[in-house]
Amino acid sequence: MNDIFSNPVLAKALPEAIIETLQMVGISSFFTVLIGLPLGVFLHVSAPGGLRPMPVTNRILSDVIVNITRSIPFAILMVALIPLARALTGTSLGPVAASVSLSIGTIPFFARLVENCLRDVHHGKIDAAQVMGSTKMQVINKVMLRESLPALVAAATTTVVTLVGYSAMAGLVGGGGLGKLAYNYGFQRFDVTVMLVTIVLIIVLVQVIQLVGERISRGLDHR
Amino acid sequence: MITVTDLRKVYQQGKKEVVALDGVTLSVPKGSIHGIIGHSGAGKSTLVRCLTLLDRPTSGSVSIDGTELSSVKDSEIRAARRRIGMVFQHANLMDSRTAAGNVAHPLELVKTPKDKIRTRVAELLKLVGLEGFENAYPSQLSGGQRQRVGIARALASDPDVLLCDEPTSALDPATTDEILDLIQDLTKRLQLTVLIITHEMNVVKRVCESVSLLSRGRIVEHGALRDVAADLDSKLARALLPLPSSEPLPGALQRGPVLEILFSGASAKEPVLTGVARHFDIDINVLAGSVETLGGEQFGHLRVQLAENADVDAVLAYLHERGIAAKPAASAAAPVPVAAGSPLPASVLASGEQGGNS
Repeated sequence: MNDIFSNPVLAKALPEAIIETLQMVGISSFFTVLIGLPLGVFLHVSAPGGLRPMPVTNRILSDVIVNITRSIPFAILMVALIPLARALTGTSLGPVAASVSLSIGTIPFFARLVENCLRDVHHGKIDAAQVMGSTKMQVINKVMLRESLPALVAAATTTVVTLVGYSAMAGLVGGGGLGKLAYNYGFQRFDVTVMLVTIVLIIVLVQVIQLVGERISRGLDHR
Repeated sequence: MITVTDLRKVYQQGKKEVVALDGVTLSVPKGSIHGIIGHSGAGKSTLVRCLTLLDRPTSGSVSIDGTELSSVKDSEIRAARRRIGMVFQHANLMDSRTAAGNVAHPLELVKTPKDKIRTRVAELLKLVGLEGFENAYPSQLSGGQRQRVGIARALASDPDVLLCDEPTSALDPATTDEILDLIQDLTKRLQLTVLIITHEMNVVKRVCESVSLLSRGRIVEHGALRDVAADLDSKLARALLPLPSSEPLPGALQRGPVLEILFSGASAKEPVLTGVARHFDIDINVLAGSVETLGGEQFGHLRVQLAENADVDAVLAYLHERGIAAKPAASAAAPVPVAAGSPLPASVLASGEQGGNS
């Protein structure tokens, strides 16, 4: 125990690392939901048999997403996107720059989850809404999104947890945060205390996110 | 009043064309309930989707009180739909909305002021007998209560036509009767035109004034309930007044001609059988019978066996003289596969698998 408080690395670098990790997760979560949600809605609505079928666009978009999420390992995608991060944020270092590649890595993932959530909305509800004279936007807002809200919150929770993991990887290529701390001190300097503290902190972070997400999701669910 | 004229719907399935509706024509006067009965695969679902414009018909027309629906532009389709209230088999309520929220849904779509919505919702919930359930979520309601919310929601936009797609197929018999009574009551009170699509003959028996039999995308029989029930040759009559299978005949019985007799209206009250027995001095044996009140009239469907020496033609003439439909039974050995209380018997519909519509 004494070890933890007397460890100079922890005392000096830990607070900063925590803030950086939270920054990365926070910023990229925000953009992932901001862009991934409409993208997921579009994927669902434009699918064949959907509310507004656009088979060709849907096909192309689906393929792009599959390739980003399935084919390219995140570690490689992240490195490859460094020029883009520099173009957008003016730097390739730090949590803000890392958030660019984190977001691009998780947007397709989240969009897919959103699409699945919307697909689970019973078709009868959409028929009912259309028969009562809803516009397409009203169907999307008042039925699809509202009815799948508990599932959407759960999907967002999964995505944020994934982002915590990705942010550790991002730490290795200049993002900073707990990942960098664990790598620099725990791995390269064999500082076991730093390693353990980092692990515990990440576990706690994930647990808190999971717990909050589940609470919200359950509170919204009236099924 | 809803009028459907020569409605056709052809689906393209790859290179093959599937004719789902093959010229459906029907009309339902205001304030009455019309039943459309048929098995899955008969085209019921397609008909519903065409009437609500969820699918555009290939040709033909649908009109409500003279206003044509099937040719309206896409932009007018929503206004057209609001003239039709629809009740679904599984109610299709929004799980995230309370009973009141569900009923308010159609009103919100046209930006009805909040206080107006509140009074209208309270009014509608009272109408369907759900006072005090405003804040209950669908998951807290029983199947029958959910269907009542569905009906209130369907009525929210003051429609002229209420379209019910298998409204009771997911409910137990007691709840089915309650819901049907409610629909009947609302039809009279609000002067609605009601179309009930179903595969359950009991629904037709209980509330419909007229009925159409849909088979393979065509209406093969239709008419007022009392007319189709009085026609011994109609498939609907056989489904409305089912007789148990005649096969095998109890072995101990005498051999003799078998007749099918259908009494209706006034003749159902007269002691015709004993009249025949006395007039021809023969014995008559009742093999099977079914008696129902349909559309406010008494109907009886009997299968009887006459003594071997009976003059069948003379008996038939005697019965016909008294306005009773009668004919020699097709064949005593031919099975009449009907069980009382069951859904529409398979034999009534040329083909198509048995089972509910979903």
